[in-house]
Amino acid sequence: MNVENPAVQGSRWLLLHAVLVFAFLYVPIAVLIVYSFNGAGVGGFPPRDLTLKWYRTLFADGAIWESVGNSLMVALGAVVIALGLGIPAALALDRARFPGQALFRRLVLLPLILPGIITGLSLLMLFNTAQTKLSLLTIVLGHGTALISVATTEVFAGLQKLDRAQEEASLDLGANYRQTFWRVTLPNLKLSIIGAALLIFTLSMDEIAVSFFLIGRNNTLPLEIWGRLRRGITPEINAISTIIFVFSWVAIVLWYRLRVSTEGPQETAAELVESAVQGD
Amino acid sequence: MFSRAYRTAVTAPPLLWVTVFLLVPYLLMFCYSFWSVSASQTMVHSWNFDNYRQLVTVPVYWQTLLRSIWIAARVTLFSLLLGYPLAYFLSFHAGAKKDLLYQLVIIPLWVSYLVRAYAWKTILGSDGVLNTLLQYVHLTKHPLEFLLYSPFAVVLTLTHIYTPFTFLPIYASLEHIPRTLVEASQDLGAPPLQTFWRVVFPLSIPGVLAGATFAFVLSLGDFLAPLLLGGPSGIMISNIVVSLFGAAYNWPLGAAISLCMLVLVVGLLFVSERLEQKWSFS
Repeated sequence: MNVENPAVQGSRWLLLHAVLVFAFLYVPIAVLIVYSFNGAGVGGFPPRDLTLKWYRTLFADGAIWESVGNSLMVALGAVVIALGLGIPAALALDRARFPGQALFRRLVLLPLILPGIITGLSLLMLFNTAQTKLSLLTIVLGHGTALISVATTEVFAGLQKLDRAQEEASLDLGANYRQTFWRVTLPNLKLSIIGAALLIFTLSMDEIAVSFFLIGRNNTLPLEIWGRLRRGITPEINAISTIIFVFSWVAIVLWYRLRVSTEGPQETAAELVESAVQGD
Repeated sequence: MFSRAYRTAVTAPPLLWVTVFLLVPYLLMFCYSFWSVSASQTMVHSWNFDNYRQLVTVPVYWQTLLRSIWIAARVTLFSLLLGYPLAYFLSFHAGAKKDLLYQLVIIPLWVSYLVRAYAWKTILGSDGVLNTLLQYVHLTKHPLEFLLYSPFAVVLTLTHIYTPFTFLPIYASLEHIPRTLVEASQDLGAPPLQTFWRVVFPLSIPGVLAGATFAFVLSLGDFLAPLLLGGPSGIMISNIVVSLFGAAYNWPLGAAISLCMLVLVVGLLFVSERLEQKWSFS
């Protein structure tokens, strides 16, 4: 007798499907890492002449490290702008009622789902009209503006869980709004804010579509890599990609731990996609 | 409990910023789309519909737009076919490994877009990893040329990128389904497949809609994957916009195309939101 329960059979197919999807997601990343050690170039099976020479080339490559420095500055600037405006925006959406609030919410969240090309080009037209010279500063403004959406979503989620009684108590006991904000509201939002900052930093480091149109003389790291991809490829790009992978992996795991400690795991990350689509 | 001054203090700065850096640029895009460029390459601020007329009458524009929609539709379909069963497996069958597997899905999500597109380029090229592997095991004698520089490569890469995004909201909606509903259906004698189609699937539709909209809109506007992997037959609408803002120097026409995309996106969001409300039971 070999008749199987259809539910068990079904779950076997699901398991097989899951294994294949994970392979689809991870094989390209694995290939990338393996070939960063491949002496014979980016292609060719099997990999041969394992070597660290591409990493040595990379560490001696001034242009790459200059662009890394630029990207770090841009990402820091983007975090400052996005948090500086995203925190008040989340407070405004949570606590104030004003005409056009629905439009404001939609507008803030729009860059999350809008293809980067539209955000990039519309800002390019703004800077062109205002006769602003394109530079790293214009990229910072672009990233900062686009990523207010992330800060707002994350902080708003934190505010939903905030116990308002604490703020009320603080106000009743004679603290003014400023003191209450710095000593009660903000500390309670600490985890949301750190999580948002990590996410904004990572997204800015990787951003290319908006930067593509706002770039001046100095390249960010993704644009530097992009330029090299157009000129012909060497495993040096695999090497820098491997390093980027390790760093974004660490950042995402950190962010995930933070989010899990503030709310249940199943909510994590999904609401970014949902709020992008639904605008609430 | 919050004073008027407090509310103004938190509302005014973001409102002002969003107006200057989001609303005004979209309005500028709208204005540009009615202007034109003179023979001496200066902007002419005369208002007319010539750019929009060109979009309708010159085949390359609407044909490329249709191709982009077709590519985005395939990416959406494949992302759903990969993402939905995975989400279902994690939510209903993964047991204690659920949390670990969930993390494994979201890690690639924020691994550099460019890095992953590049990885596919090194895999699919004519002397890339896949072709040399196939020759190594003697499955083929000559490299398969259709793998890279084709719409296939673009669809494959974008599916790779958007599958985790599609997975997320589906998984969240599956996790929110009360398990008692599923048990009730089983207790009342419904076979597993019927329970899925009559109970689980309808409740997960809002998640499916959110994931599908996200994948469709972002792959529709992509221009980097087509540039890197698409070749001449994989050109998408945003590539035309890029060239209009670059070498071709026709910003007004590029603005008209971008504005059409913006309207399309906002329209889709509107439809998706309505459908989600219709299917949301909570």
